[in-house]
Amino acid sequence: MGKENRLARAVVYVKLKDGVLDPQGSTIQRALENMGYQGIKDVRSGKVFEIAFQQNHGKKPEELIDEICRKLLTNPVIEKYNFEILK
Amino acid sequence: MKFGVIIFPGSNCDYDAYMVAKNVIKQDVEFLWHQDTSLSNCDCVILPGGFSYGDYLRTGAIAKFSSIMKKVMDFAQDGGLVVGICNGLQILLEAGLLPGAMLRNTSLRFICKFVHIEVENENTPFTNLCHKGQVLKIPIAHTDGNYFISEEGLNRLKQNQQIVFRYCDQFGGITQEANPNGSLYNIAGICNEKRNVLGMMPHPERASESILGSEDGKHIFQSIVNFFEKGKQI
Repeated sequence: MGKENRLARAVVYVKLKDGVLDPQGSTIQRALENMGYQGIKDVRSGKVFEIAFQQNHGKKPEELIDEICRKLLTNPVIEKYNFEILK
Repeated sequence: MKFGVIIFPGSNCDYDAYMVAKNVIKQDVEFLWHQDTSLSNCDCVILPGGFSYGDYLRTGAIAKFSSIMKKVMDFAQDGGLVVGICNGLQILLEAGLLPGAMLRNTSLRFICKFVHIEVENENTPFTNLCHKGQVLKIPIAHTDGNYFISEEGLNRLKQNQQIVFRYCDQFGGITQEANPNGSLYNIAGICNEKRNVLGMMPHPERASESILGSEDGKHIFQSIVNFFEKGKQI
């Protein structure tokens, strides 16, 4: 397989924005307290996406993944994201 | 007038909406398929409840890219009437036709029960036969109905009178206890600034015949017909 066909990989992390209520996170936080873990003050839940892609879109990998995040993977009203490109 | 009911993969309130339009308020109605590229000259398009695309990723997030949604957006832009019920509202939020977003219910549970909602704005094509403060008994059935918007966004909704329905008790009291899902400001339904797009979490199509426990949902469908019969004047 030629070098140009090798797949690049990206990992996208999506979290609720600060200040947006996270009922799942707060339920997990309370569960941890009930289990006896002391000092667990806050839990925020989120999502992780692993994306394998070909690098021939005419866009830099960072641009491509950023566009995908904005258009589909996140809702900017409630979520924020960051990602890593694994070389 | 003619209603159109869109069927997405996973819609499950499509037949209910169709039946109310056809048999209860006796209007023309047609099903529209998510891959259609025309709205078949419908005067009012309904995005029904259900679990479009399995609610994968976020509720409504994938449905917004359906072929028919491009037509719905153009239609809404041109002033056409669009109603999103439950998952339909979630799709309208994702598509940006209405502001805000849905979070998981604070209880984290799927809630299916009758609730009461107060008509906050009767000057819309969807509520013109109601009066301000009128209490409607209509069921909800959802897991992600906890409406969220920024403080600035909420102020805009209030200023423009875009809040159409709020959760209340049976006497019209807007209380925390009467809020089933944690929605900001007890919001149960909103419209856009131009008043031609409505989204609501409660299901009026499930409460339009007395045998189903309430006929209050019928007011919404009848208001739409009234709006057309009066020459699109509120």
